[in-house]
Amino acid sequence: MAIFINKSTKVLVQGMTGSEGTKHTTRMLQYGTDIVGGVTPGKGGQSVVIDGKTLPVFNTVAEAVDATGANASVIFVPPKFAKSAVMDAIDAALPLVVIITEGIPVHDSAAFYAHATEATRLIGPNCPGLISPGLSNIGIIPGDITGPGRIGLVSKSGTLTYQMMYELRDFGFSTAVGIGGDPIIGTTHIDCLKAFQDDPDTDAIVMIGEIGGDAEERAADFIKSYVTKPVIGYVAGFTAPEGKTMGHAGAIVSGSSGTAEAKKVALEAAGVKVGKTPSETALLMRQTLNA
Amino acid sequence: MDLYEYQARDLFEAHDIPVLAGAVASTAVAAKKAAAAMGGKVVVKAQVKVGGRGKAGGVKLAEDATDAGVKAQAILGMDIKGHTVLQVMIAQAAPIAEEYYLAILLDRAHRNFLVMASVAGGMEIEEVAHSQPEKLARVGIDPNVGISREQALAIVKAGQFPEGVVDDVVDVLLKLWAAFVAEDATLMEINPLVKTVDGRIIALDGKVTLDDNAVFRHAGHELFIDHASANPLEAAANAKNLNYVKLDGQVGIIGNGAGLVMSTLDVVAYAGEQSGVKPANFLDIGGGASAQVMADGLSIILGDPDVRSVFVNVFGGITACDEVANGIVQALEILGKSATKPIVVRLDGNNVLEGRRILDEAGHPLVQQLDTMDGAAAKAAELAAK
Repeated sequence: MAIFINKSTKVLVQGMTGSEGTKHTTRMLQYGTDIVGGVTPGKGGQSVVIDGKTLPVFNTVAEAVDATGANASVIFVPPKFAKSAVMDAIDAALPLVVIITEGIPVHDSAAFYAHATEATRLIGPNCPGLISPGLSNIGIIPGDITGPGRIGLVSKSGTLTYQMMYELRDFGFSTAVGIGGDPIIGTTHIDCLKAFQDDPDTDAIVMIGEIGGDAEERAADFIKSYVTKPVIGYVAGFTAPEGKTMGHAGAIVSGSSGTAEAKKVALEAAGVKVGKTPSETALLMRQTLNA
Repeated sequence: MDLYEYQARDLFEAHDIPVLAGAVASTAVAAKKAAAAMGGKVVVKAQVKVGGRGKAGGVKLAEDATDAGVKAQAILGMDIKGHTVLQVMIAQAAPIAEEYYLAILLDRAHRNFLVMASVAGGMEIEEVAHSQPEKLARVGIDPNVGISREQALAIVKAGQFPEGVVDDVVDVLLKLWAAFVAEDATLMEINPLVKTVDGRIIALDGKVTLDDNAVFRHAGHELFIDHASANPLEAAANAKNLNYVKLDGQVGIIGNGAGLVMSTLDVVAYAGEQSGVKPANFLDIGGGASAQVMADGLSIILGDPDVRSVFVNVFGGITACDEVANGIVQALEILGKSATKPIVVRLDGNNVLEGRRILDEAGHPLVQQLDTMDGAAAKAAELAAK
């Protein structure tokens, strides 16, 4: 078991014929992800060979689902075309849509989020995707950092996800989810915390946040009311100045809100141990699991 | 990006939102000329992207054109909360009867847009929300549906606007929404929206934030990029498409991925707590960074006179560590003798062994490698403290 994806997840790649799409389709196939086809409007009917596998290309997600039985897609299309790609996947009622694309206008994200129904889980945009080690890898998370285990991880940041998986590589992970650093994202910390709490194969959860917004504070409230498994937290950006966007479009301290300190305080009040650095966070997790 | 008030005024005007005549000036002479063209009393307003300029003395009423020049002279060059005033806006003065509040903004928590409307304007809206919440209407908007006239009417009534202005305020709200969508804004705030003594409704002051990600579909937004007040290092980094923010410390930071770089700043700040050493910048070279990007980043940072040591912290996901290592070697070749500051490198992840080998083989006297992020941060902080 794992959350959101497993061995039976059949994946479409939207934007597979572009350079990023081809590169990452190769990596995902090499990992063992069950890629069943691609979607590129205007190129339907063609097929491409990637890493020795012949993959059909479709004009729409609905056609691709009919032909392949796909139940997930991963999106690599450029920002300009991302909204219509996501809308297409939502209209096909695809259960899981992972949006890797960075730089999507927030009005477009707001539009596809509002359009999404209960039938579809969106992850991202501007995220590295998710991996259930040994089962499936959807997105750009390197597959060789660590293997299967019983820690669940949810993070706004890609490279911090990799760093934390590396720090705890001897334990392994059930699933690691990069939810993305944009102001509007589909799946939230709370959604992942709930799924990890409900997953019998996850024993403990690492939650990585960063400055901006109040998602971590809301996650803290949720933990108080719902999560009984141990949660170890980390928040990046304690030394970030006010009013400056730190890389991620969503990472900005506005006045006294969105600070790392406020998030840490809220998490600790919910019983979450919060590390000052990635290594201290990993140490706290180690102590928890070895206790 | 945040706009200056005069840019917000111009944008409102372009979308048919009622504003007063206004002009921008960067010298007292130009301010006087603008005031003369307007005639009568004018307000001279400091153009800074920070609140509280009124209290700081950055807004002054001028009796005539000559007085406007004098007031502009006094305001230009002022420092308001660390922002130097480079421009003033000359605005027509209007006799105000009442002050209201109207805004549309991105609501991250609800993942849609939020309209806020209140009869109580002219002060911080947080204060209204706290002290007179019954006078503040807050309504979420479905981005795919927008605001109908009926809904706008309901919002304005909920904000307790007086009967006599309701129709005019509804008009402004609908135009503000159209502008918000058309310009890919994440914030459009009118505070105050005023009723003049002769009964006109006018947007007297505005705050606008536009989405940087949407610049590709708004050629005109490039004009709003603030070159004059940007730090020269930020401008140079921007020209090379680097994601760089200047900070006030001594350890130059380069990393890949926004989260890891933020984390690196923190780790360096902790390591430097005793000696008073802090990070000098944020620089994210992004996913899949090439040797060229690494070289560009390193030259910007080594060109910062505040920097005493550099910490390169990379966890290779898509970025390959050998590319990063080659970038460091190339950058040092290009910079030659002008590179004089020690560089601490920590590489992990994709192709790490090859990356470390390349740096070892190059054996550059300025470069040293450490195995862990904490160890490397401590070393970089120690070198900067010397």
